[in-house]
Amino acid sequence: MSVLVNKDTRLVVQGITGSEGGFHTQQMIEYGTNVVAGVTPGKGGQMFMDSVPVFDTVKDAVKIAKANASVIFVPPAFAADAIMEAADAGIELVICITEGIPTLDMVDVHEFLSKRPKTTLIGPNCPGVITPGVAKIGIMPGFIHKPGKIGIISRSGTLTYEAVHQLGNAGFGQSTAIGIGGDPIIGTKHIDAVKLLNEDPETEAIVLIGEIGGSDEETAAAYIADNVKKPVVAFIAGQTAPEGKRMGHAGAIIAGGKGTAEEKMKALAAAGIHVVKSPADIGNKMKEVVG
Amino acid sequence: MKIHEYQAKEILKSYGVPVPQGKVAFTVKEAEQAAQEIGLPVVVKAQIHAGGRGKGGGVKFAPTAQDVSQYANDILGMTLITHQTGPEGRLVKKVWIEEASNIKHEYYAGIVLDRASSKVTFMVSTEGGMEIEKVAEETPEKIVKVAVDAAVGLQAFQAREMAFALGLSGAAFKNAVKFFLALYKAYMGTDASLFEINPLVVTQEGDVIALDAKADFDNNAMYRQKTLTPLRDLDEEEPLEIEAGQSGLNYIKLDGNIGCMVNGAGLAMGTMDIIKLTGGEPANFLDVGGSASAETVEQGFRIILSDKNVKAVLINIFGGIVRCDRVANGVIQAIKNINTQVPIVVRLQGTNAEEGKKLLEESGMNIIAATELKDSAEKVVATLGQAVSR
Repeated sequence: MSVLVNKDTRLVVQGITGSEGGFHTQQMIEYGTNVVAGVTPGKGGQMFMDSVPVFDTVKDAVKIAKANASVIFVPPAFAADAIMEAADAGIELVICITEGIPTLDMVDVHEFLSKRPKTTLIGPNCPGVITPGVAKIGIMPGFIHKPGKIGIISRSGTLTYEAVHQLGNAGFGQSTAIGIGGDPIIGTKHIDAVKLLNEDPETEAIVLIGEIGGSDEETAAAYIADNVKKPVVAFIAGQTAPEGKRMGHAGAIIAGGKGTAEEKMKALAAAGIHVVKSPADIGNKMKEVVG
Repeated sequence: MKIHEYQAKEILKSYGVPVPQGKVAFTVKEAEQAAQEIGLPVVVKAQIHAGGRGKGGGVKFAPTAQDVSQYANDILGMTLITHQTGPEGRLVKKVWIEEASNIKHEYYAGIVLDRASSKVTFMVSTEGGMEIEKVAEETPEKIVKVAVDAAVGLQAFQAREMAFALGLSGAAFKNAVKFFLALYKAYMGTDASLFEINPLVVTQEGDVIALDAKADFDNNAMYRQKTLTPLRDLDEEEPLEIEAGQSGLNYIKLDGNIGCMVNGAGLAMGTMDIIKLTGGEPANFLDVGGSASAETVEQGFRIILSDKNVKAVLINIFGGIVRCDRVANGVIQAIKNINTQVPIVVRLQGTNAEEGKKLLEESGMNIIAATELKDSAEKVVATLGQAVSR
């Protein structure tokens, strides 16, 4: 078992004919992901790499190729539209990789999705989701991951890879690694991802990686305190970040003294979570906790 | 993207939000002329991208023409220090000359994105003129919040709710409702991330006007907000951050002496954190992006080393799809081109990490290779210790 992505995942790639979309489709297929369709409006009827049919609409991809998950590589100006198209076509899992979507577009997407509860959105501005050894949807390097029992939740790409690497050194593989994204508005927040991994019988422990900005980590901490018995190791990036500056991610900003790393670490620790100060201690801490 | 008060007021005016009449002035002479056109008394207001200008001496009430000359002379060219500028302050290059208002009462109005609910949220408070963060902390019941339904936008009943919450009646009530609806249109129409009117004032005549205005816009939406582009004031930004932005790099200057260059925002923050935990002080945040090509690495170096405080550099690249041996070659090439004496620790991890490390070690250059995060932070902090003891 695993969460979100498994052997029954039938993926459609929105923006498959773009350079990013094309490159990562190839990588995903090589990893073993079942890519059943691509969508680029106006390019329906083409074949990608002689094996993946391209459709004009997501609806066609669902109807003809039986797609049940989507990954989005379209440019930021059109990405919100792509998310809504996928949800409207009944896709259950939509993973949006695109970085730089205007916030007000995401406000609309959030409203749109609230009326389509069947669809789970991951991202935007995220590396994607991987169930090692089964399938990957996104841009993460597949080979660094190993199948195992640790679930990972993170707002950031390379910091997730760092955690995976350290877990590997400590002898742990991953059940599923979920990159939830670094934007202010994301489809699946820490708390939602925690719920998924908590209910997954294959996941024995959780790594939660957060960063400055907003209060999603605190919300997840409150949920964990009351509901999660599995051990959780957490790291919050941005302990040295100054106030009022966006640290790369649009959502990583301390505003009005709120959303600091200190505040979040405190809330997580109070919830019984094993908080590490140093990003280099994630793997060791997990070993100490799980054994 | 932040803009000045006078620019925010011009935008508000174009959306039908009432603002006092005013003019921007770059010289004392222009300030005097502006006051003459507007009619005395006026208020002379320093224009910088920071709040707390009044307390810092950057806002003066000028009843006479002599006062206007005096205050414009004092404020133009002054280094204004407020709680938002930091101790170094900000040089004032322009003032806004504004008609004085006949204030009856001050309120607060603001629009932001509420991240928890993912909705655009309106906030009003009777505690005008105060720092809203303080009000939120001490008397949160005095802030009334209204979440906007994205499908239909701010509704009249919601605007009325807010006007009632402020205790308004008569002409002031009607004007406040109109004010809120117009302010919401301005927010949505400009892809704003913040509009803050503090204070919002009700005059003796029952008018509702924006006495101050603070605005911030979503950088991701600039492609469709072309009219905002010219409002950017580069004087208000850190020159190195502007330069980095022009080469597509995400750089933020800090006060330490260890420069760092990392791929990915989260890992970049994490690298700053571990430098600090190891006893060093990060000089910057720099995300060179996922691919970390030779060109971006070289440009990153130039920017990091332009900061004269930098005494050592840590490069931390997690090679995923990009192989570490290719990144290593890029780093070696960049260091050759830059020709610097500063010690450089390079940590490569991911695909072909060992090959990358070997290339760095055999390059014959002044590079200290590392493979683990902890190890790399310790090595870079150690180079500093040596530099100091020398």
